[in-house]
Amino acid sequence: MIAVALSDYWVQTAIKTGVVLAVIPTAALILGYVFLLKMMSHMQSRLGPMEAGPHGLLQLVADGLKFIQKEDLFPDRADRFVFAAAPLVVLCSTFLLYVVVPAGPTLIVEDLSTGVFYALAVSSISVLGVLMAGWASANKYSLMGGLRAAGQLIAYELPMVLAVVGVVIQAGTLSLQGIVTSQANGEIFGIGLIGNPFILTQFVGFAIFLMATQAELTQPPFDMPVAESEIVGGYQVEYTGFRFLIFFIGEFGTAFVFAGIAATLFLGGWYVPGLDLDGGFLSNLIGPGVLFAKIMLVAFLIFWVRFTYPRLREDQLQTFAWKYLIPISLLNILATAVLKVVL
Amino acid sequence: MNTLTERQKLAYIAGQAAEARINVELETEGMTLNIGPQHPATHGTLRVVAKLDGEQVVSANPVMGYMHRGYEKLTEVRTYPQVTTLVNRIDWLGSFANEVPFILAAEQLMEVEAPPRAQWIRTILFELSRIANVALFLGDMGVQLGAITPVFYAFRDREYVLNLIESATGGRFHPNFDRIGGIKDDLPKGWIEETRGVMVKVRRFCDELEELILGNPIFAARTRGVGVIPGETALHYGLSGANLRASGVDWDLRRDGASPLAWNQVDWKVWTHPDGDSFARYWVRLQETREASYIVEKLLDGLPSGPIMAKVPRIIKVPQGEAWVSTENPLGEMGYYVVSKGDLGPFRVKIRSASFNNISIVPWVLKGVYVPDIITILASLYFILGDIDR
Repeated sequence: MIAVALSDYWVQTAIKTGVVLAVIPTAALILGYVFLLKMMSHMQSRLGPMEAGPHGLLQLVADGLKFIQKEDLFPDRADRFVFAAAPLVVLCSTFLLYVVVPAGPTLIVEDLSTGVFYALAVSSISVLGVLMAGWASANKYSLMGGLRAAGQLIAYELPMVLAVVGVVIQAGTLSLQGIVTSQANGEIFGIGLIGNPFILTQFVGFAIFLMATQAELTQPPFDMPVAESEIVGGYQVEYTGFRFLIFFIGEFGTAFVFAGIAATLFLGGWYVPGLDLDGGFLSNLIGPGVLFAKIMLVAFLIFWVRFTYPRLREDQLQTFAWKYLIPISLLNILATAVLKVVL
Repeated sequence: MNTLTERQKLAYIAGQAAEARINVELETEGMTLNIGPQHPATHGTLRVVAKLDGEQVVSANPVMGYMHRGYEKLTEVRTYPQVTTLVNRIDWLGSFANEVPFILAAEQLMEVEAPPRAQWIRTILFELSRIANVALFLGDMGVQLGAITPVFYAFRDREYVLNLIESATGGRFHPNFDRIGGIKDDLPKGWIEETRGVMVKVRRFCDELEELILGNPIFAARTRGVGVIPGETALHYGLSGANLRASGVDWDLRRDGASPLAWNQVDWKVWTHPDGDSFARYWVRLQETREASYIVEKLLDGLPSGPIMAKVPRIIKVPQGEAWVSTENPLGEMGYYVVSKGDLGPFRVKIRSASFNNISIVPWVLKGVYVPDIITILASLYFILGDIDR
């Protein structure tokens, strides 16, 4: 009996690991192709890559192969171990984030009862990787990028957490699966037709969460840590070949999973009206598709801003976070709590 | 403005202290950051050696000469018609405008005057190269601040202007079209109508950028009050062009200089801005691009007929003498001091290019700003490397 349970556990773990391992590069490829290569090009009145595969579909695969072939370069005075470990630390945080995002009633790696809390906590690990990369590169530009990233990511953890608190108060649970269920069972003025996606009541939280996500992903208008026109890529400046590829996958993989968390928290996650909440086969089949569609919607918003806006200065960013985002999100929490008690 | 100069003073004092390492709270050491010669923000090979205290600049010095091509010396071994090929490459974005002052100087020495039609066509092409040049700045400023999209709009609409220049002169970037006594060819058939259409597109582009960039609160936050140059300081450092006009000095050689070109024949406005910051420099250039499109339209309306070449000898020998001619080029005042000994080629040519002087204010204006502002200020001063190093 013990042996069966054990093997069951190992089989499950192997499957889950395999799925996460497959999902992250795929997610990075999809976001990279759809938004970075194609949407940006079409916004800028150009075509983007067209040669590799139909409509340039395989361009990123070709780029990935190219990166793998490149020489593994270390700067002369780099701290070699830390330099090599940094991209992996960044990728680690991405992997850990995928653990708690539900894609269906039973399609979740681990339904932690502290899901949101866990996600926000592990997302901070990437800061360590960025700082390590910035420091170990032995490059002044890298160092500045690393330090900027550290300052920025710490400043934006707080509004992000506070933005999520409103949702948690409304849902009454920290579990992401629980939040989906609570949205699906919710009612708008007594009508439970489409459930109650929290974006309707928590739109302030949604806006703040997206801004904080943008800062967390170091994308314009909050991309000073990489700022290619100032510090020429920041902490990434000395990375080439597959180490750079890992950073790339980490960046887009994180963008995907953050869009997923936003979709789960505010747009109802994998649920659309008509699906069975208790784990029917159909729900597990359609759920990932629904979640994917919602992720692409959120990712579109994120990347739209990324390609259009100039970047703020480091001090302006801190001002923005501490003087505006945090007070507003605190007010949002207050309003949510009061309304929760009153209603 | 007062607070900013105050801030610069304080930063200077802080810098002195950091250099002497008498920071008693925390023993910190300054950092020297080499920005360039290989850096995306210096569009070319300008190097800025910045001493930093944290993210604040203590002192910054531009180092130039990485792209020195020795044009002043090269002119001494060329004949007069050959020189225009060289000077095309000084400010490579507005090439035609480089030829004009040199040809005017040679004409002045030879006491030849080009016929009116040639002067008007020169003026039209001059303004077109201004649009081609400044349009790129309007987009590029966005890139320097992190917005990657506007530059592609700039490239897209600049293409129409380049096509016009190409169809009239045969050269997209380096027309080499101006001749002593006139211009090489008359305008091709249908060119005037096409130009009118393109000018409408140029204005649409200006409107678009006015919304996309000037209307953006982040752009305003990044540029307003950054890199303020008071008018008097600008004059002391020999700034010219839009950089000077953005500091509130109403000075434009097209209007104030005695030029045989046709600017004083049509009605147009010189734009100035009182602020003198990076935002003002962008604003002035945007208005000037739009104004240039109106100038072109008005010139097309009044384009006189007649010959395009005056009578000049086949082999051009310029009589002995010295001449100084400068015009209001896209980047600022550009002038040639030509010394002739009566030979086929000039004895000595001194080129005054706008960017060289515009960049000389960098150590003053960068003192006390933050690292990202270095990029903003360098971008808003708008230099072309070829125009600095020649």
